[in-house]
Amino acid sequence: MATRAIDFAAWPAEPPHLAAARARAYAMPLTEIDMLDTDLWVNDMHWPYFERLRDESPIHYHANGRFGPYWSVTRFADIMKVDTDHARFSSDAHLGGITAKDMDQDFILPMFIAMDPPKHDVQRKAVSPIVSPGNLAHLEVLIRERAQAIFDNLPAGETFDWVDRVSIELTTQMLATLFDFPWDDRRLLTYWSDKATADETVPGNPTKAEREAIMLECLMYFTKLWNERVNAPPAGDLVSMLAHNPATRDMVPMEYLGNLLLLIVGGNDTTRNSITGGLTFMAANPGEYAKLRANPDLIESAVSEIIRYQTPLAHMRRTALVEVEFGGQTIRKGDRVVMWYVSGNRDPRSVDRPDEFIIDRPRARQHLSFGFGIHRCVGNRLAELQLKIVWQEILKRYPRLPEVVGIPGRVPSAFVKGYTSLPVRIPA
Amino acid sequence: MAKITYIAADGGACTLDVDDGVSLMEAAVANGVPGIDGDCGGNCACATCHVHIDARWLAAAGAKSEMEAAMLDFAEGVTADSRLACQIMASATLDGMVVRTPLSQH
Ligand code: HEM
Ligand code: FES
Repeated sequence: MATRAIDFAAWPAEPPHLAAARARAYAMPLTEIDMLDTDLWVNDMHWPYFERLRDESPIHYHANGRFGPYWSVTRFADIMKVDTDHARFSSDAHLGGITAKDMDQDFILPMFIAMDPPKHDVQRKAVSPIVSPGNLAHLEVLIRERAQAIFDNLPAGETFDWVDRVSIELTTQMLATLFDFPWDDRRLLTYWSDKATADETVPGNPTKAEREAIMLECLMYFTKLWNERVNAPPAGDLVSMLAHNPATRDMVPMEYLGNLLLLIVGGNDTTRNSITGGLTFMAANPGEYAKLRANPDLIESAVSEIIRYQTPLAHMRRTALVEVEFGGQTIRKGDRVVMWYVSGNRDPRSVDRPDEFIIDRPRARQHLSFGFGIHRCVGNRLAELQLKIVWQEILKRYPRLPEVVGIPGRVPSAFVKGYTSLPVRIPA
Repeated sequence: MAKITYIAADGGACTLDVDDGVSLMEAAVANGVPGIDGDCGGNCACATCHVHIDARWLAAAGAKSEMEAAMLDFAEGVTADSRLACQIMASATLDGMVVRTPLSQH
C-alpha cells in the first residue's frame, strides 16, 4: 500500500478517470444510459452522465434499466416536486418501495420509510422521540466520550483504514447506544446493515436466500432483546420504546425486523460514509480545512456541506399512483421514478458552484441529502451531531489533517454511495 | 409591506420590514433571525421554519394547507399556534404581527 500522501493540488481540474467517463457519457446514445450500472459507482464515474441528463433530458425514461424500466429525475427543483407529492408518488413496499430495485415481494419487510400515510405517520411518530432534542443532548455526552476514546487510540506514523477504525467504529457505537445493544456484539449491527443493502447481483455478495437467512438471524437476536425489555419498565432505548408504545407494541415479527433494519441501515451507512467522505474532501481542499481551523464556528455549515457533497444515499425511488404530466413527459401509473439526490445536489440551477467543496457556503443547509417532505430523514439532527463531534475532535488534535495515502475503495451500489476503505496516516 | 416582530426563545426581539409577498421564513433567514433554518428554501417540505404565532394574529395568518399540516405533524413542540413561516407571506394585513421562534429547529 502506498504511504506517500496524494498530492491533490497537483491533480488536473478534472481527474483522468472523469475525463474518460465524460467522453463516454457524451458519446453514447441517451437511450443506452443506465444510472444503475454499478461500475459507474464503484469507479466514481456517474458525474458526467448526470450532467448530461440534467442538461438534455431532465425527466428521463430508461427503458432498459438493470432492474426494469425507470424514470430518472436529476434536477434539484424537479426532485423537490416529486419528494413533496406523496399523494401521487408512493413509497409503498408493495409497489416496489424506495429503491430503484424493487423490494422482494416474497420477503417484504414492512418499515415506515416504505409506507404511505396514514400508517407511515403513526410509526414515524412512535420512533421519533429517540432523536428528540432532549435525548440528543443526552446522547451527545456519550457520543463525545466514545469518539474521544476512538481518536485517542489511533496510531501515529502508520497507515490504517479510516473506514474501519473511525467511521464504522463510531457509527456502530452510536447505534449500539441507541438500541442499548450488548456492547461486545456491536459489530453485528454493522454486519446486518451491510448485508441488508448488499446487491445480490454483485459477485461476492450473499445470494437472496443467504441474505434473508442473515436478516432472520438479526430478527432472532432482537426478539431476545424485545422479550427482555417488554417485561421490564419502559426505558429510553429504541427496543424498549417499540415494545412499550401502543402504536408499535403489537407489530408482527417481520414488521419489527423491518423497522429495526430501517434504523440500523438509516443510522449506519449514511453517517459512516459522511465521516469518511468528509476526510477525503478536506484532504483534497486544504484551504477549507485551514478556514475551519481559523474559525471553528464554521463547523455546522461545514457539516452540512460534507453531507451535501457526499450525498450518502444517491437516490430514493417512488412509484406513480396515477398518470402524471411532468416536465413535458407522461409518467404512467405504476412507473418507477428515481430521484437522484446526488445529481440534484450538483445542479448549477439551484446550487452555486456545485462541484466545489465550500465549507462556508451561504445556506449550506439547503441540500437534498436528507430528502424532503413527509419522509425527510428522522435522524438528520443525530447525523449532524455525530459529524460535528467528529470534526471538533479532529480540530482539537490535528493541526495537520490526517493524510489520505491511497485511493478510497467504493461501495458497488447505486443506492448507498460510500466507501469500503480509506488508507490514512496521522503524521507522527 | 408589514412590520413583523420575531421574539426568540431567550426573549430577544427583532422587528423587520417585510415586503409584500415575501415569506416570514425568507425575511428571517435573509436577516439572520435566530431559531429559523429554512432547509427546503420555502417549499413546505422540511418544517425547519416552525414558529408560534401570537394569539392576536393567528386568524390573520390564514389557514394551513394540507401539506403544511402534514409537515407540522412531525415537528417538535407543536402547539395550536404553530405555523411554518415559509407559508405565510407578508401583506398589509399582517402589519404589526408577532411570532415566536423556538430555541432551535429540529
Ligand atoms: C448523513 C446521514 C443520513 C442521511 C444522508 C440520511 C438520508 C435519509 C433520506 C434521504 C431519507 C428519506 C427517505 C425517503 O424520502 O424515502 C431518510 C429517511 C430516514 N432516515 Fe435518514 N439519513 C441519515 C442518517 C440517519 C440516522 C442517523 C438515522 C437514525 C437515527 C436515520 C433514520 C432514518 C429514518 C427512520 C428514515 C425514514 C423516515 C420516514 O420515512 O419518515 N437516518 N434518511
Ligand atoms: S422552509 Fe422548509 S418548511 Fe418552511
